[in-house]
Amino acid sequence: MCATMIYLDNAASTRPAPEVLEAISRAAVELFANPSSAHGMGAAAARAVERARAQLAEALGAAASGEVLFTSGGSEADALGVLGAAKARRGRHIVVSALEHPAVLLQADLLAGQGYAVTKVRPAPPRSGVVAAADVMAAVRPDTAVVAVMLVNNELGTVQPVAEIARGLRATGLRAHLHVDAVQAFGLVPIHGGALGADSIAVSGHKVHGPKGAGALWLRPGARIAPLWDGGRQERGLRSGTENVPGCVGLGEAAELITRALRGGAAERVRALRDELEARLFGALPAARPTAIALRPDTTAGDDTRPAAARAPHIASIALPGLPAEPLLHALEARGVYASAGSACASKAGGASPTVKAVGIPDGTAVLRFSLSRETTASEVAGATAALCAAVEEIGGDGSESRWFRNSGKPY
Amino acid sequence: MPHVILCRFGELFLKLGNRARFQRVLLDNVSRALAGLPGLSVGSPHGRIVVRVDESNAPTADADLMARACARLSRVFGLVSLSPAEVAALDVDAISAAAVRAAAAAAAFPPVAAAGRSRPAAAPRFKVEARRSNKRFPLPSPEIARVVGARVAESLGLDVDVHHPDLRIGIEVADDGAYVYAGALAAPGGLPAGVSGRALLLLSGGIDSPVAGWLAAKRGLVLDAVYFHSPPYVGPKSLDKVMDLARILRGWQAAESLTVVGFTEAQKRLRDAGPAELAVVLYRRMMMRIADAIADRNRAAALVTGENLGQVASQTISNLSVIEAAARRMVLRPLLTYDKVETTAHARRIGTYETSVLPFDDCCSLFVPPHPATAARLIDVERVEAQLDIAALAAAAAAAAEPVAL
Repeated sequence: MCATMIYLDNAASTRPAPEVLEAISRAAVELFANPSSAHGMGAAAARAVERARAQLAEALGAAASGEVLFTSGGSEADALGVLGAAKARRGRHIVVSALEHPAVLLQADLLAGQGYAVTKVRPAPPRSGVVAAADVMAAVRPDTAVVAVMLVNNELGTVQPVAEIARGLRATGLRAHLHVDAVQAFGLVPIHGGALGADSIAVSGHKVHGPKGAGALWLRPGARIAPLWDGGRQERGLRSGTENVPGCVGLGEAAELITRALRGGAAERVRALRDELEARLFGALPAARPTAIALRPDTTAGDDTRPAAARAPHIASIALPGLPAEPLLHALEARGVYASAGSACASKAGGASPTVKAVGIPDGTAVLRFSLSRETTASEVAGATAALCAAVEEIGGDGSESRWFRNSGKPY
Repeated sequence: MPHVILCRFGELFLKLGNRARFQRVLLDNVSRALAGLPGLSVGSPHGRIVVRVDESNAPTADADLMARACARLSRVFGLVSLSPAEVAALDVDAISAAAVRAAAAAAAFPPVAAAGRSRPAAAPRFKVEARRSNKRFPLPSPEIARVVGARVAESLGLDVDVHHPDLRIGIEVADDGAYVYAGALAAPGGLPAGVSGRALLLLSGGIDSPVAGWLAAKRGLVLDAVYFHSPPYVGPKSLDKVMDLARILRGWQAAESLTVVGFTEAQKRLRDAGPAELAVVLYRRMMMRIADAIADRNRAAALVTGENLGQVASQTISNLSVIEAAARRMVLRPLLTYDKVETTAHARRIGTYETSVLPFDDCCSLFVPPHPATAARLIDVERVEAQLDIAALAAAAAAAAEPVAL
């Protein structure tokens, strides 16, 4: 285990900020009363929750904080936005992009099991890693209850045309609920709550240097969802359960830090570092390709040496043909670098992730994801590049093909 | 309330000459199995092992302690069955009272009906079986059974069935008291761990090798385990999985240690030295050599593998013999003739299945050829090996091998 750790798996989870930990700790010690209690201690806890709500609303660009519901995390917020919206509507059709996180895709499958029709819109063209707004609009029907499109895809980092889809939906006058999973976007991609045009937006604490077990769903005023379960009717009856006061306070603090960081240019800095990482990696490993690629304007063909244009600033997804992903990750870890993989090697039972399949990456290609944060430094980028080059050398030589193929049929 | 556990052992009775030694080893293993449980003593009066809850501990034995002790004893090789029992005073009234208590407890939780017959559990039919090793006791065994049986029938309103009872009440009149029990719990049988010597188990994360180890241990072998690890192709979770499997085997007193061999270098050299089709046989021959070296260090008399006779490359008779030719020691293959279904069922029973099926592979696909040879010829394999310094590769890997604490 290396003494210096280079953590580049921030899309999976982030280190909680010291201010967040402090806020959580204080809340846990001092604000332990039930916010619903009638006495002063309860009131103090309730005020802290409301303050956190306001911090979140500000970070989301939301008009009024009464529209933010606290949940146990991003997955629950997605479930509420998809299942809760479907429950509140008569339509029995769901439209989702094929790039959604399992927290959305599997809710759609759940609804399919209950008799809903589900349309999954594939990226077009596949390697672009984005769905086309027109394709989403084409899938929407008069009986569509929910449309779910994420703002930033967690594996590729590509930005989906959510605002365009929202405008298109409004233009049709159809009543479908547009749910946006903004879990990856929050913190580095500006989300203008109302302006985005979504009916609900899901975010998660632990992706933004906040606590695990805390997330939120922003709801457009007037958007109708049904609660997933009943109980004490907290959060306007939409999410029963005593509020996780330390979690909410931590999430609020994280949101405030985001607001400050974005104003201070954090997104640009992260983007520059990510671009630097990619430039070095593609330079040093001739066989490596961006997983989601930019398109030539005149054709549907892609230039597979150029990464897709509209991307979040923090994710670099690299495809390495002929190499297995897991051994590369282990080799990186042995050198102190932590990243993750989006595809699997041929032996894995599960196979490649749905996103990687949707983008059309062939089997036997390692897809590695390096995800930065506002804490990442330039020297970490240099260190990660060196580590990956060494790892590729150790695992498979020049990274251009499987070592195995060089041996079959060799005379002896 | 039962406060002793009668532990029966089986074929030790056949080994008259070695019986004393076997019994000593078994007694020692029983004590080790119970280590950490408070207030128990272990003795071996008259041809069985008796675990006793110390009187000073509590007037009524702790039911939880008895249950935990039984759970541990049911994993001791050499024992064939266990019966939690009460030791009653040597008079027929005390014995009968104890028998009634035992029957009442068992009838409330009746033993599972014998296979092939179903009876309503509500009213088990019982039988009293008595033995008298204490010849000073006034009643002969059949009389004991009759009198006690009558008392149990009368007190609990149960019917007697001497031919096909659901419930057997046992009475053993010894010199130090009358042991009274209802039913018996199964124990694994076999020979006490250690009486057959020491062997080295080639443990992988798969379903088979832990079962093979258990079967070898059942016949009295004590095992050290060796695992061939190829980082970074294989991740740390694969090693954790194998350590968990070794710990599970240790819970059966089947494995005492685990040695991890760094196999990456040797595996790469072997893969690149010859045609793809021979790779699997080359790896396994190298594993045999390294295992032999470790077995030398550990003074193990044999190697144990989970090898099975089957269709795929590593399982054909000809490949198994080419692989075996690289070993100096005897290779034991307890699962050679098992069907996968049988092995899997066994793995579930001994508690290794759930761990074995965790998805952390012990070999990366970069090392597995698309078409491994099913009938490798020794002469071809030796020709490839001649291009490398095989002995040095094996020695280096064995020398660098690290024991890990379980």
